[in-house]
Amino acid sequence: MRDKPYVARSTMIAARALGNETMVMSATDSTLFTLDEVATVIWEAADGATPLEEIVRNRICAQYDIAPEVAMKDAQTLVEGLADHGLLLLSDQPLVPPGSSRGEAP
Amino acid sequence: MSGLVVEMAAKALKLNIPLSVQLDLTYRCNERCIHCYLDHDDHGEMTTAEIKDLLDQMADAGVFYLTISGGEIMMRRDFFEILEHARARTFCINLKTNGVLIRKKEAARLRELGVERVQISIYSHRAEVHDAITKMPGSFRQSIEAVRFLRAQGLRVTMANVLMVQNSLDYQSVKALAAELDAKFIIDPTITPMMDGDRSILNLNVDQATLQGVFRDGALVGNVEEFCAPPQNVDEEALNMLPCSAGHTACYVSPYGDVYPCVQFPLPCGNVRRTKFVEIWRDSPQLKEVRSITLRDMPSCSQCTHGATCTRCPGLAYLEGNMRGPSSQDCEKSYARTGIPSENYKARHASPRPLQSLNLVQIQGLQPAVRNIPAKMAEGIEASV
Repeated sequence: MRDKPYVARSTMIAARALGNETMVMSATDSTLFTLDEVATVIWEAADGATPLEEIVRNRICAQYDIAPEVAMKDAQTLVEGLADHGLLLLSDQPLVPPGSSRGEAP
Repeated sequence: MSGLVVEMAAKALKLNIPLSVQLDLTYRCNERCIHCYLDHDDHGEMTTAEIKDLLDQMADAGVFYLTISGGEIMMRRDFFEILEHARARTFCINLKTNGVLIRKKEAARLRELGVERVQISIYSHRAEVHDAITKMPGSFRQSIEAVRFLRAQGLRVTMANVLMVQNSLDYQSVKALAAELDAKFIIDPTITPMMDGDRSILNLNVDQATLQGVFRDGALVGNVEEFCAPPQNVDEEALNMLPCSAGHTACYVSPYGDVYPCVQFPLPCGNVRRTKFVEIWRDSPQLKEVRSITLRDMPSCSQCTHGATCTRCPGLAYLEGNMRGPSSQDCEKSYARTGIPSENYKARHASPRPLQSLNLVQIQGLQPAVRNIPAKMAEGIEASV
């Protein structure tokens, strides 16, 4: 996982914020997921250009009372699970073309 | 529905979020179905830019499930441009179409865009019956080809069978055809009035005996004993029940920008050409009124033996003249399911007036300068038995 620090939302999903949660549906198999508040923060920040470590440091640890190493471990588990379902893409390179703006979260 | 979907709907209700919207892109159509209640002329459809802006507004308002329908959606030359924009805003999209204009290339594009499901109306397994209903020779062949093209792309397809006098003997064969094509099958046994109040097409509705046959077909309804069980008592919990999601977590937008609680509930609530979608959703007095109605507020239905278990459609009740009143077509269904007549059913059948001649509401469009009547909405109602 650490060799693929960039995370981006797949285009083959439907997603919408619902209160402080996010519902995400795979367009491939129609499986529906809900992300809790913390997972939603990571989902919204998964723009393909920001490394996961930076997301955890700036968006999770800055907002929630959690040790960085614990937060990073939980975040890795989360993004790997979402990637297994095809909802997130993981890469060792930024996933947005140079010069383009960072993706907008649904 | 899965537990998660129910949970989401409950949360959307609590947060006053329009989770689900049907947007009709056009009322124009290349078929002329005998049961359709649409005025197919274009009275000033929203432009591409207006629709894209509306989609942005709906995404911001929290709409997740988006049904794109018509008319025939592919009559709009900008259909794929609109769809592309909608997918970029990550809606979960269902399409309703007759499929006539969907060939291999279009099916591939729909797949690329990640459409959730495509619903195609198939009226019969017999081409001559289907084509007589659509009044378009060759439409059966083209619609079935569309199902095949879509399935070949791995897209999920629903074959919707609207039941009427002309095809009342065919639904089991259509179901078998759907299974053969690996498509989902739904049947809708209700023909609804024209949106201008004309109820003449209600003559196409199947009779009680056919309805009873459908409701006792285990292959369609599952557990027949449960489906046709006698009504339960109307208790306090039932009296506080909301009629359905219309206006609560769902609404409908016409090609002219008019907002209604549902495609089948033509109570004008605002127009997105004049007011932001979210403001209509949040502030419309009409939507607030719809939201305020529980079974307790329905003088007749709250006293009815079927009150707790009826499939009463508030839109059909509204079309009969009173959104707090009974929907006679649902009284028919309750009787067909249980054999127990409601008071309204008994009164109607004792009356010399046929169902088609009930008092009508006069439906006024919100933009009389553009058009007089918001025409009809959508072909066949999506409501499996």
